[in-house]
Amino acid sequence: MAKSLGRRVMLALAAPVLAVAFAVAMSSIVLALSGSSPITAYIDMFDHARKLETMIDIGNRFTPLYISGVAAAIGFRMNLFNIGVEGQYLLATLFAAAAGGAVNLPPVLHIGLILIVAMTVGAAYSGVAGVLKVTRGVNEVISTIMLNVIAISGLVAWLVREWQAGGGVNASGGNAGVGTEPIPESGLMPNLNGFVEIFTREIKQGKKLTGVLVIALLVGIGYHVLVNRTRFGFDLRASGMNPFAAQAGGVPPKRMVVTAMVLSGAAAGLVGMSTLMDQGRYSPNFVRGLGFAGIGVTLLGRNHPVGIAIGALLFAFLDVSAGILQISGSASREIVVIMQGIILIAAVVAYEVVNRFRQREEAKDAAAALQSVPPAGIEVSA
Amino acid sequence: MAPAIELTGITKRFPGVVANDDVNLTVEAGEIHAICGENGAGKSTLMKILYGMQPPDEGTMAVDGQRVRFSSPSDAIEAGVGMVHQHFMLADNLTVLENVILGAEPRNWRGIDFKAARQHLSEVGEAYGLDVDPDDLVESLEVGERQRVEIIKVLYRGARILILDEPTAVLVPQEVEELFRNMRELKASGATILFIDHKLDEVLEIADSITVLRQGRTVATVKPEDVTAGDLAELMVGSELPTPDITDSTVTDAVALDVAELVVHDADERAVVDRVDLRIHKGEIVGIAGVEGNGQSELIDAIIGTQPVASGTISLLGADVTHASVRNRREAGIGYVPQDRHHEGLLLEAPLWENAMLGHQTQAPYAKGAFVDRRGAQGQTEQIRTEFDVRTPNVHVAAHALSGGNQQKLILGREMMAEPSVLIAAHPTRGIDVGAQAAVWDSIRAARAKGLATLLISADLDELIGLSDTIIVMLRGKLVATLDPAAVTPRDLGAYMTGAALEPAGQEVAADG
Repeated sequence: MAKSLGRRVMLALAAPVLAVAFAVAMSSIVLALSGSSPITAYIDMFDHARKLETMIDIGNRFTPLYISGVAAAIGFRMNLFNIGVEGQYLLATLFAAAAGGAVNLPPVLHIGLILIVAMTVGAAYSGVAGVLKVTRGVNEVISTIMLNVIAISGLVAWLVREWQAGGGVNASGGNAGVGTEPIPESGLMPNLNGFVEIFTREIKQGKKLTGVLVIALLVGIGYHVLVNRTRFGFDLRASGMNPFAAQAGGVPPKRMVVTAMVLSGAAAGLVGMSTLMDQGRYSPNFVRGLGFAGIGVTLLGRNHPVGIAIGALLFAFLDVSAGILQISGSASREIVVIMQGIILIAAVVAYEVVNRFRQREEAKDAAAALQSVPPAGIEVSA
Repeated sequence: MAPAIELTGITKRFPGVVANDDVNLTVEAGEIHAICGENGAGKSTLMKILYGMQPPDEGTMAVDGQRVRFSSPSDAIEAGVGMVHQHFMLADNLTVLENVILGAEPRNWRGIDFKAARQHLSEVGEAYGLDVDPDDLVESLEVGERQRVEIIKVLYRGARILILDEPTAVLVPQEVEELFRNMRELKASGATILFIDHKLDEVLEIADSITVLRQGRTVATVKPEDVTAGDLAELMVGSELPTPDITDSTVTDAVALDVAELVVHDADERAVVDRVDLRIHKGEIVGIAGVEGNGQSELIDAIIGTQPVASGTISLLGADVTHASVRNRREAGIGYVPQDRHHEGLLLEAPLWENAMLGHQTQAPYAKGAFVDRRGAQGQTEQIRTEFDVRTPNVHVAAHALSGGNQQKLILGREMMAEPSVLIAAHPTRGIDVGAQAAVWDSIRAARAKGLATLLISADLDELIGLSDTIIVMLRGKLVATLDPAAVTPRDLGAYMTGAALEPAGQEVAADG
């Protein structure tokens, strides 16, 4: 038993470790070809990451990446490709920002309102793709991509002007200052600096660890319980593995599609919260790309709650390292994007290879078990 | 004259199994040679090796005395070896001629040279005594005719050695006779035929030599005149063949499933199930006989609830479930053994215990409120494993790791453990070995004695006759005859299934094939 457990853990780790090793090797070649020293670049990255302030940055980047990964994973678990996390979170954040800026409530209620508005808008917007799929047979990949365009270039671009604070473009004319009505202090989640400082030293450079990290962890736990422990989660996974068998087993296919899209969208709605709580308003230059990054993160993490966390941590580390590479001049910051890309491709390949190996091993074990019992066949059951 | 095919010491290993273990086979030129063996005996692997789809790990092959090594089916065709698969590979919306030349089109300066193709096709047809109309659309052909097209396709490409993979599996008895007539003509024209079959009476009727495989080894090569079906069966499985006989009737008066005036439409709004009336009592097994594609699948889907009903009603133990969800019906006591376990029955990547839950995930011991009861589910699966003899190292193994027979026992086990009041069993023993087959029959029979109402659909006529209390024949969506299994032979059934026994012209149809 211990041996087989060890083997299972090893197999589970083999693919991501292989992928990262391959990515490091490839990136080293790219770095060397472009005239930088890979060793210096890596030393810079790790030295930088050992600083507390950098870790705070990584944590702040990890938070939205992880939520975004989980949002995508909920759909992936039943083979629904929600490519629309990007549009869902931007739209949801805008609405949440507007709602949060419009009222003045006691702290807990105010924060709760903002989160609920975000989740509801994300869920509703994602639900559109689900309803289109079950009523009209529209593939969710296509509909969510289109809904992204509608949300980002259409709704968000328009509403952010409509809901602009102060009723007009800033005197300076720039975008930086423009945005929704600022959310009062009562609507912003407190940061976790105080908590972290208990264990470490004082955090400098004005860095603040986002309180939304707690929500991200709750989302992860919720995802795990929902998918692996509830009947609904079983129905979800069954539909993903074999929709026909699931249907014959009593799982209502249409309802599952809509529910999965709605849940995925609700999680997507939370992606922008850490940035919103930090900036206090939605501005036209609000952080983009977290939805697409989440797809990569969950691909790396194989839809597994801990796997997604590791993927998000790795990508957050790489994102934050980009800055230091540029500052130290040891390599171009784009090397980080190259690495992320290579990791993803390598991970997809490595998972497939390891998966085949695992299936062969399982078949071998089952066949061995068959042979240990008296010969397959007649005598036993006649 | 050198033998048409000579295999020496062929060994093929797959992870954990030796599919072929030192197989020796000699097929004389111009004979019909049958390969027999139960499922998993290694017949298909051997044929794949012979047709170049898989390379052997060890051993040598010779065709017409020439040592050969096939690395793909095209090498095999080059050497004159052609294969007709069990599942036809024809394009429905093309004509016979187009299908035959597909991939081997003769060309002229304008493109495909249909004239030459037609010429060649009629030459082949004449040479081997196979009659087809080159301009018929394949979709308009009967199963037997399609098979003939497949055979001609292979001959057209110059094959003189034909491999037929379970050619009779899809045919009714009358079509089987037609096939055998064709096979004899092929033989007379100088072709060599190697065919796989496990229906022993057929093998004895048509083959010149019979090679029996068991657990990957060649057990014996015999002449049909020297053996009986019983001898062959013993060679195949090492003991007497089990038969699916039921003893005394357990049929009661209580109606468990009542289907009235049921109509189901296909995508084109045509009635694929046409005003079907069907009643199954507690303790009764009703068998549906019919050539595949006559509405049986749609009837099952409508009863399970995966296909909408156009009109009519379905009642379960007196309660109307015509429009109930699949889940409600399953909770109300409908058990389901689907016809294709990989398609509708299993989550192949999921562990066995999750597979055992499927269809019962809302009920104890699999669920506790909204949560999955992992311990309960695993315990229940352990019990299915022991009671239904599912051979597996443990219940955490993924379903794809099990053999077909063990997968089927798991499915049957999960349905039976839930103690359904009605069981819908579609081809419950298809593609599983004789041992597992007997186990499946035993448990259906045991449940029948306890009052289970079963709707059995099967292509295995012996199974239908042996298990059913009543046999109903389904043809073009209608139930056309009700027969007493004690007084009917597979031959009679075949006549009903093709409609030959129903129409005045039937006599002629049967005689002509």
